[in-house]
Amino acid sequence: MTSRAASCPNCGAPLVYRWSSSVQTVCEYCRSIVVRTDVDMKKVGQVADLPYDGSPIQLSTEGRYGDKGFVVAGRILYQYDQGTWNEWRIVLDGGIDGWLSDAQNALAVSFLTSGLEIPTLAQASLGRSFVWNGTPFTVVSRTLAHYAGVEGELPFEYWDKTEVTFVDLRSEGADFATIDYSDETPALYIGKAVDFDTVRLRNVRTFEGW
Amino acid sequence: MEAQGRRPVSVRSVNCPNCGAATAVRTFGHAVNVVCQSCRSILDAANPGVTILQQYTNAVREEPLIPLGTRGKLLDIECEVVGFQVRQITVEGVAYQWREYLLFNPYREFRYLTEYAGHWNVVSTINALPEGGPTPDGSAPRSYGRQRYRHFQTAVATTTFVLGEFPWQIRVGDTTTGSDYVAPPLMLSAEVDADKEVTWSLGRYVAGDEIWTSLSLPGTPPEPVGVFANQPSPFQGATLAMWRNAMRLVALATLLWLAHLVSARDKQAFAQNFVFDSRTAQEATLVTPIFELDGRPTAVEIETATNLDNQWMFVGYALVNDETGQAFEVGRDVSYYHGVEDGESWTEGSPTDTVTLPSVPAGRYFLRIETEGDRTASPLPYHVRVVRDVSTSLWFMVALVLIVLPPILSSWRALKFEGRRWQESDHG
Repeated sequence: MTSRAASCPNCGAPLVYRWSSSVQTVCEYCRSIVVRTDVDMKKVGQVADLPYDGSPIQLSTEGRYGDKGFVVAGRILYQYDQGTWNEWRIVLDGGIDGWLSDAQNALAVSFLTSGLEIPTLAQASLGRSFVWNGTPFTVVSRTLAHYAGVEGELPFEYWDKTEVTFVDLRSEGADFATIDYSDETPALYIGKAVDFDTVRLRNVRTFEGW
Repeated sequence: MEAQGRRPVSVRSVNCPNCGAATAVRTFGHAVNVVCQSCRSILDAANPGVTILQQYTNAVREEPLIPLGTRGKLLDIECEVVGFQVRQITVEGVAYQWREYLLFNPYREFRYLTEYAGHWNVVSTINALPEGGPTPDGSAPRSYGRQRYRHFQTAVATTTFVLGEFPWQIRVGDTTTGSDYVAPPLMLSAEVDADKEVTWSLGRYVAGDEIWTSLSLPGTPPEPVGVFANQPSPFQGATLAMWRNAMRLVALATLLWLAHLVSARDKQAFAQNFVFDSRTAQEATLVTPIFELDGRPTAVEIETATNLDNQWMFVGYALVNDETGQAFEVGRDVSYYHGVEDGESWTEGSPTDTVTLPSVPAGRYFLRIETEGDRTASPLPYHVRVVRDVSTSLWFMVALVLIVLPPILSSWRALKFEGRRWQESDHG
């Protein structure tokens, strides 16, 4: 993978993009969000320190999904009325982008889809079913959330929408889908619910007493 | 990479703004709510300043049977008890309370340990939906992982007490609608939080003793009361095994019986006509000539054929071995009555009687016959016939009853156990 070096437009500290598809990163020193416009880098905002959180996953955690290895490159932390969850951006062997979601240690891996019919937010009510690629999915939760922080490299520009709705769906297999309604055209991610044993995470955080 | 070699995430504590007491946070950054150990206020653990979300007003304090901070391996996964809540449902005006312990492992999903009247379940959320849609409706059964679950109960549960910490918001007074489906020792449950979320989980019944051993708890667990929804029946497996054994024994007995029916020779050993004249003596005794009974020790049938007509007669037989003096004695009342009453004819008894003596050894025998009857009667002719190696079926009938009696009793007890289980359900 190509690594490109640049420096933070805010503090001048060195920035390294490890993934060619990364559009933005967060400066490790001054917490500036830096967006790549390919030659020049532009500071678009600044994030507060990430809240103290309990996820065992961290940037550079490695794991396996199916027959491919992956590494964690970035993270979005979402907050909703019940607590928080993480969407870890993972890069799989061959440079495929994916997301490892971690809601209080309940894990799922999913990938952005295109060309599939996505219901409107009103249509996607609790209990409604939709078929994608021959698999029936059913809505199990509707969550109103907002960004609580970002970290590492992300494949799109970080934009500060105040509140967005997510709809999670599951199948009678372990299939998992999530619809992100933050943009005008909603985005559908499809994948599988996974557990710690099958993703075989390495380089995880350690916890005092464990 | 920069994240490698970081120090372990450290345990921290929060100070209660209400009473000032410090409370340890055991789930690191997962904690959203922490209950103050001292004054029971529910605190917001996610905010650095820590604010009080709900203050404790109830005078009743619930003490968890398993202290917070207890660690051990439950169903092969290391865990620490970090939260405790009491929940309640009301059915037909009666409140039922159960207790839930939140189990934490930094590298696993949260699990619950639930306890009701001494019955324990370890509960995990499941990743796939059971067949039949995501939301529980009515009392239709559900299938999950090739196992069928029968609907047990649907009720609104209210949180009445909380202690420790939780990775999601929790308040006294929270309500969710829960539906339980059972396939002992498993229980499939759905919890619906308004129109926002439905969560399915799978519970496994674990005996209190096993919990106490796994968590190294002092003393003994509370004695379970009644039958719990997914408590495995102590009779079911045993009853099935008993029926299997019984069926084998019935097959064996039937084979023996059939073999016996086929091999029985029905060989006549002796036959003679006699006359009993009660006018000369009310009682008479006579002795027959000696006859041979051969072969293995088998059954002997003695047949008494008379032409009694509205009369009775007593015949006492003694089958005596001429060589050893061993005697088989049997007394028979032979009577035959008939008539017409209210235009209906009736009969009672029979002019012919047969009796079987089991297992008579081979040898030379004679019969000693004693007779008794009405003095007024005319002379009674009768015919005595001795048949060697006859087939008998009584032993087979007795064996059948003895074989099926234990499994029938066990089935009855299993049925009663299931009755007690379902009595507590919506369908009881």
